[in-house]
Amino acid sequence: MTQNIENNIKKRTIYFDDVYFSEGFSVVGPKELKGKLGDHFDFALINDKYDQKTFEKAERKMFETAIDGVMAKSKVLPIEVDAILGGDLLDQIVSTSFSARKSSASFFGMYTACATYAQSLIMGAALIHGYYNNVICISGSHFSSAERQYRYPLELGVLRSPMTQWTCTGVGATLLTKNAHTPNTPKITAATPGRVIDYDIKDVNNMGAAMAPAACDTLKQFFSDTGKSPQDFDLILTGDLGKLGKEILLDLSKQEGFDLTDNLADCGASLYFTKQKTFQGGSGAACSAIVVNSIILDNLRSGQMRNLLLVGTGALMSQLTAYQGDGIPAVAHLVEITSSVKDAGREPLEKYYQPKKEEIKMKNEKNAKNNNSKNNNVKNKVNNSKSDSKNEMKNKKENKDK
Amino acid sequence: MKSDKKKTSEIGKVEKALNLKPEESLEVFSKEKQEEFASTQEKYKDVAQKFQHIDKSNYKEYVFHKSPKSSHFKNMFWAFLVGGLICVLGQAFVELFLYLGMPKPDAFVLASSVLVALAAIFTGFGIYDLLGRFAGAGSTVPITGFSNAIVAPALEFRCEGMIYGLGAKMFLVAGPVIVNGVAISVVIALITLLFTGGGG
Repeated sequence: MTQNIENNIKKRTIYFDDVYFSEGFSVVGPKELKGKLGDHFDFALINDKYDQKTFEKAERKMFETAIDGVMAKSKVLPIEVDAILGGDLLDQIVSTSFSARKSSASFFGMYTACATYAQSLIMGAALIHGYYNNVICISGSHFSSAERQYRYPLELGVLRSPMTQWTCTGVGATLLTKNAHTPNTPKITAATPGRVIDYDIKDVNNMGAAMAPAACDTLKQFFSDTGKSPQDFDLILTGDLGKLGKEILLDLSKQEGFDLTDNLADCGASLYFTKQKTFQGGSGAACSAIVVNSIILDNLRSGQMRNLLLVGTGALMSQLTAYQGDGIPAVAHLVEITSSVKDAGREPLEKYYQPKKEEIKMKNEKNAKNNNSKNNNVKNKVNNSKSDSKNEMKNKKENKDK
Repeated sequence: MKSDKKKTSEIGKVEKALNLKPEESLEVFSKEKQEEFASTQEKYKDVAQKFQHIDKSNYKEYVFHKSPKSSHFKNMFWAFLVGGLICVLGQAFVELFLYLGMPKPDAFVLASSVLVALAAIFTGFGIYDLLGRFAGAGSTVPITGFSNAIVAPALEFRCEGMIYGLGAKMFLVAGPVIVNGVAISVVIALITLLFTGGGG
């Protein structure tokens, strides 16, 4: 019960003024491409090894691709990037630091296992709030290299426990800026750095159960600090609790007095189909990074979502501590991201109803007007969002079909 | 049933927010899934009552109740089938070598080494681990599993070089088995010495 007193006295939520989530880039592996969110990623590998000799080198190259990709998409020059923050799951966060060799920006290595992405977002936002203009936050993991480091060799025939998660292959990179490039750029408004919580779960296969109490603690802290409730948010997105961890979090949160059933989703659980046999879903440092930088960013820009809470969860164990019989401590960092689109989240979703002919006409006229205004402003056109370019592609395809 | 309907609609909201394709959401809301959802809720009813207040003290127990169990019957069936098939294959090789006119002890040694070689080759092609995914002990306990346990790390750590990679890590999985095997065989030998006086 000491926890409650602490929560009431000390506030841990920090607020940011002008921190914009201006661009995101996601690189994924072949298995994620075949998963539920496969269409939404920017770049997918056909080959797990990315034409490299080893999986570690492949992971490194994926990081390089993500950094180049996010700079190319946002038209920011390499000199303009002030700092790169990020980490991965390998020992001594090799992949991130090695991939930052090519960049002239300052480098900060981060590690809180799977919460690395949320942590780097918080630190990046703080740096932009105080000092910098452009910061790249990056995080990723590779199934084969992580499996080799944490568990067994790949070719070893072992029966997987139904509680295990699948380390996802991918890298997500985000560009945080002080100035908004487009009017619909989402904003990072608040963050609650989490504390390390250990409920003494010793099963290495059951990470979701180890991380759920940490997520619950951070969420509770955020709601008590800000006075908001879960109903104020369109989505509460946890990092990689998996299906089991998600259910545990629901139970724990009900007990703590807030109900998440309306809007809780988990990045790991929503990545794969059940037939892909990942059991509890995805995990790893890439998990939250690739989901946020693809589908969530699109939704925030298009205004389908007003705001969301990203809760990155990390299990802070190593192989040594597991063998020495210690529990798995966990940490959860929370970031609040809000959409800058006016009347966001109130429009009906296009995919769930068919618009009438008149409505389509109205829309086309509107689009034409928008395009004209965009052509006038060169800068706007340069920083055109990804969704527009996608639409163009679709139109081209339709024309070809005709 | 009312509460169930409510729940599914709430999940629907999240799916909409995540902007999934309609087909996928249909897959999620099929009747079988709904029934499954209801049945799991009923299953955990008493568990939920038992753990009305989850604390650090009873969290482990709660997680144990909540987590899915692997079905022992299915695992045992596959292990029996695959393990048995591997043994039948070994026996077939023995019979073949005996038929070719080989002395009995040589035939046994040759049959097991053929099995080891086959397992190593299949590991190299990435087939043996697929077998192990569902066969479990059926593919690890026979001599082929031992071969797999040596070849898999050897393949994996080849990229760190012949000495520090392959040489050092080759017995990563099989090493403990060898050490314990030798130790236990010494103990058993001592016991037999005690009872039979060295005659047996």
